[in-house]
Amino acid sequence: MTSSPQMATVSPVPSIASAEEGLRLLRAMKLIRAFEEQVRNLSAAGVIPGLVHLCAGQEAVAVGVCSLLRADDMIASNHRGHGHCLAKGGDVGRLLAEIMGRRTGYGLGRGGSLHIFDAANGNLGTTGIVGGGIPLATGAALSAKRQARGQVTAAFFGDGALNQGLLFEVMNMAAIWRLPVLFVCENNGFGEFTAIEDVTAGADPLARGQAFGIPSETVDGMDVLAVRMAAQTAIERAREGNGPSFLVCKTYRYGGHHAGDKQDYKDAEEAKAWRLKDPIERLSRLLKESGLASEAAIAALTQEIDREVRAVVDLAKVTPLPADDDFEAHLYA
Amino acid sequence: MPSPHTITYRAAVLEALFGEMRRDGSVILMGEDIGAAGGVFKQTEGLFAEFGSERVIDTPISESGVFGIAVGAAMTGQRPVFEVMFGDFITLIMDQLVNQAAKINYMSAGQFRVPLVVRTAVGVGGNLGPQHSQSLHAWPVHIPGLKVVMPATPADAKGLMAAAIRDDNPVVFFEDRMLYNLREAVPEGVHVVPIGSATVKREGRDVTIIAVSRMVHTALAAADLLAKEDISAEVVDPRSLMPLDVETLVASVKKTSRAIVVDGGYRQYGITGEIAATVAEHAFDWLDAPVLRIGGANVPIPFSKTLEPLVLPDAQRLARDATALVRGQR
Ligand SMILES: Cc1ncc(C[n+]2csc(CCOP(=O)(O)OP(=O)(O)O)c2C)c(N)n1
Ligand SMILES: [Mg+2]
Repeated sequence: MTSSPQMATVSPVPSIASAEEGLRLLRAMKLIRAFEEQVRNLSAAGVIPGLVHLCAGQEAVAVGVCSLLRADDMIASNHRGHGHCLAKGGDVGRLLAEIMGRRTGYGLGRGGSLHIFDAANGNLGTTGIVGGGIPLATGAALSAKRQARGQVTAAFFGDGALNQGLLFEVMNMAAIWRLPVLFVCENNGFGEFTAIEDVTAGADPLARGQAFGIPSETVDGMDVLAVRMAAQTAIERAREGNGPSFLVCKTYRYGGHHAGDKQDYKDAEEAKAWRLKDPIERLSRLLKESGLASEAAIAALTQEIDREVRAVVDLAKVTPLPADDDFEAHLYA
Repeated sequence: MPSPHTITYRAAVLEALFGEMRRDGSVILMGEDIGAAGGVFKQTEGLFAEFGSERVIDTPISESGVFGIAVGAAMTGQRPVFEVMFGDFITLIMDQLVNQAAKINYMSAGQFRVPLVVRTAVGVGGNLGPQHSQSLHAWPVHIPGLKVVMPATPADAKGLMAAAIRDDNPVVFFEDRMLYNLREAVPEGVHVVPIGSATVKREGRDVTIIAVSRMVHTALAAADLLAKEDISAEVVDPRSLMPLDVETLVASVKKTSRAIVVDGGYRQYGITGEIAATVAEHAFDWLDAPVLRIGGANVPIPFSKTLEPLVLPDAQRLARDATALVRGQR
């Protein structure tokens, strides 16, 4: 074992290596925020059918982890997955097209937001089954171990999945087989409309990983640098053949469970307090204070991303819908 | 054509596993007690010695989790053969099978394939009781995106296992454990039976008996009895349930004008209903009698020696029912 899960780790203060790196992280988070804002509008306008689950507020987790992954590393996402898809290099246009049910989407528009697969970028999919992506990422880690090319995989899931038996089964195997997988929990305090404390036993979710001897760490999920630092250690551990890690990232979703949710179960003061920890504001501030980026440079970045996403929206609206031929296509390989 | 040799059903499946594992390094086995122990039915004996723990993976008793991992491995370059010790336990993998494995190729528009095999031992016999005797093949065969095979003979078991492993889709392979010691001629070397092809086991004129898995042998025994009554029965084995070789089944029924469908799973909402309806849809104008369905009894499979034999039809009952059908007494 490289580190004992029981040991309390004293985290060094996260720092940033260069202006370039800082702006890259900022860009990735801003892209997700802008994308989700557009999806929210399109959903409200009825342009996107069905339900969408937005991740505004949680960007630092997806970006922190994925910014350290190689193109051939793999992730599995959950139902709140647009951020994971983008952070792993997904194409904004194909992603939006799929969410809008267009034939130019990743799955010919037949999957939608809950079923976005991007093989070229190592994305094993968002999924409509809470906990369902966890074994897929772990199976990919089994392949990675066999293929011995040093690939790692990451499973993103919410606090709701902390109570799925599947998680424990899979953690057990990841530990005994020392699979190169990161279990990344985005603990946003709620599963749908129910607070995690009301449905989750034990003082700390970390115990769930520790029970299997998996190095486990609580992370400030509103700080992209803190996520990166924890992920760095976990990824190195996995690449070196030392098995899985468990990160519990404390975060908050600004929106409801799905776009359109009235959120009357949330405490207004608490919501406000979380906004003060906003991961994008936080990194922007740090970049400015440390002289790595000017106010003007950040404003220009924001504008550039807004333009980019708007252009994607305009294009997606005129892409074709699936045709009758697409109905049964790929039913079997 | 390689020469045949006479081996058991169990050995025939094993021969396919050895062959495919030698041929393709991405084939891995996952299951409980399948490694050094060689499997609870000795169905994986010798594989561990040749391929080691990297490829013959002893798993914890965590069907759902292991199978989910197998799906992820299949998406990323492996060809797992995942073993469910008893067919009753496929209930534990249903979410991964139905909501993930079956749909990933479709949902991803072919970006990810799921080339894996679920093999599982089913069947009534040996007084194993209600949770170790069921044939739940009607469950996966309901799901678009899955293939389901159910070989009745050693040769077909070998050929369909090879085909299942080579297939780029999830295939569920049901083997009746009461057939494991059945010995028959099996082609040596490479032998692949295409998935989706039925076979006529015995030709006849008066009635077609479409029988699945172990029921094929019951049907053949019934056909012997019927011959003594001057009734000529044709026995057809679908071998694959999905895709179903409708053409071969329907051609036989058009020839004989009567059909009986026999299956060992629960009769209610089961295989017999689906096949009977399919045959009726395609051969209605040729039929001289309603299609007869004979399935397993609609009760949990009882343990006791006096009750267990009541679950499945035997050759005498099948012959009696066939006689009544042919003589217009039904
Ligand atoms: C197996 C399963 N059970 C229930 C649901 C319905 N459902 C969808 S999301 C969700 C809450 C999940 O909460 P969490 O994992 O914390 O993720 P979050 O939405 O907070 O990001 C539930 C109950 C589901 N999709 N799958
Ligand atoms: Mg949550």
